[in-house]
Amino acid sequence: MIKITELKHYYTDADGKEVKALDGVSLEIKQGEFVAIIGANGSGKSTLARHLNALLVPTSGKCEVDGLDTMSDEKLWDIRQTVGMVFQNPDNQIVAAVVEEDVAFSLENVGVPSKEIYPRVKAALEAVGMLEFAKHAPHRLSGGQKQRVAIAGIMALEPKCLVLDEPTAMLDPQGRKQIMETVKKLKQEKNITVIYITHYMSEALEADRVVAMHKGKIAFEGTPKEVFSRVDELEQLGLEAPFAAKVASELRKAGAKLPKDIITDEELALALCQ
Amino acid sequence: MSINLTNVIYTYLKGTPFESLALKGVSTTINPGEIVAIIGHTGSGKSTLVQHLNGLLNPGSGKVTVEDIDISAKTSEAKKARQMVGMVFQYPEHQLFAETVYEDIAFGPRNKGFTPEEVDKAVREGMAFVGLDFETFKERSPFQLSGGQMRRVAIAGIVAMNPDYLVLDEPSAGLDPRSRDAVFREVMNLHVTRKLAIVLVTHSMEEAVKYAKRMLVINQGNILFDGKPEEIFKEHTDELIEIGMDIPESYKLAALLRKQGMNLPEGLKDEKELAKAIKKAKGWK
Repeated sequence: MIKITELKHYYTDADGKEVKALDGVSLEIKQGEFVAIIGANGSGKSTLARHLNALLVPTSGKCEVDGLDTMSDEKLWDIRQTVGMVFQNPDNQIVAAVVEEDVAFSLENVGVPSKEIYPRVKAALEAVGMLEFAKHAPHRLSGGQKQRVAIAGIMALEPKCLVLDEPTAMLDPQGRKQIMETVKKLKQEKNITVIYITHYMSEALEADRVVAMHKGKIAFEGTPKEVFSRVDELEQLGLEAPFAAKVASELRKAGAKLPKDIITDEELALALCQ
Repeated sequence: MSINLTNVIYTYLKGTPFESLALKGVSTTINPGEIVAIIGHTGSGKSTLVQHLNGLLNPGSGKVTVEDIDISAKTSEAKKARQMVGMVFQYPEHQLFAETVYEDIAFGPRNKGFTPEEVDKAVREGMAFVGLDFETFKERSPFQLSGGQMRRVAIAGIVAMNPDYLVLDEPSAGLDPRSRDAVFREVMNLHVTRKLAIVLVTHSMEEAVKYAKRMLVINQGNILFDGKPEEIFKEHTDELIEIGMDIPESYKLAALLRKQGMNLPEGLKDEKELAKAIKKAKGWK
């Protein structure tokens, strides 16, 4: 689905200094895969995400989406319909005064025949669990609900891949849960590819694969178990392990013999209470 | 000497079709030198509430006083009282505007009528507090800094005003774990050294229990609970989840372990405290 090869993205800042935002990233993502990207502020996560729908293009190297090179101008709109982006602030992504009109906006924009618009809006709102709010005013919704409307606006375009850049940074605990459940449901029911950038390790835990970025490079990647059992290395990157892994690490430092790959509360409880 | 809210009612978009009651008669006191966390779901009224603390919003009815002075008044005395309350908004990097870090931080103190020498001193102190080296950063553009650094410049600008109360609206949103810890280290440092009162609006239950001595839970424009975070999290777990809040991770894991028969005390705030209690329960040294 996505093939990134030796991708470099350099730019010159206001002081005339060259910044290596991405410095040789290679990554392949399969259709239907749920990949979480973690990394400190400034590690290159968002720059990488913006290459996936050609908001940014490589300085060198290659980024291919569904076989399309993002450098190709003629394919730009195909690429943007293949990969949808959701950002941090739901308020900046909502344009209309009624939920269903907001979702329909993207479809009108790409010239979908009006007959087809309503069924697609309905399907998209249903997919994110917001159909009952179709006639509501977006500004009266909670943060989690607004963000789900933003996701519906993207889903109505029927992309193959959804890129979410810290979609829960501004949400309360319930809003965070809603987004995570929505993303998992979309992946399961529509086999959509999900690339999910987050500072919440508890969210990254739910992914099939976790990619940890550091200074424009991939520091390490693997299953959540492989990545999150590296508690000390994560800390060196300015990140942290999920809570249960941190507790297990503290206990191990005190000499406790616990399996190395404990990352969830349930696993720790099982290991401790046998 | 405190911030007092007496029966504050605030109507959002009054006189329009979108009119709604954001605060429904809130009364509370923020005491000097205390740390208060404010939690509540998006739209609960918590941001509206804190914007009343320094007169950014004035109550539709009711009264807000700082050190017994009504801050809605148009007197110089009221202005002074408002300036005792510093406010760092969500995404404080959006508050930055000047060409250099120095000018950005100096804006508040100059506005407050400091002499050039006093301004210089305030800027140096503000930068030192947030760990930004004066010589390295004073001439830099604030817009060329990293997210964590920008946030520190914004906080330095507030610190330079030398307020008695500091209101932080979700200071850690969008920051990585290390930058988050760094911001809180600075805030706690200010609290200790300057006896500064902190009002912390947060979506993180972990931050509330870790840093605050008192917690206000806001729901539908009212204060639902007011008390020690550890007691509220322990006694009102179900109600908190019902209103879209949660309990801290350490409480969740401790509850699970207790259910499995482990004998753990209440109020374990982080992984270190929990690990220590587990060792004790297990009889490990």
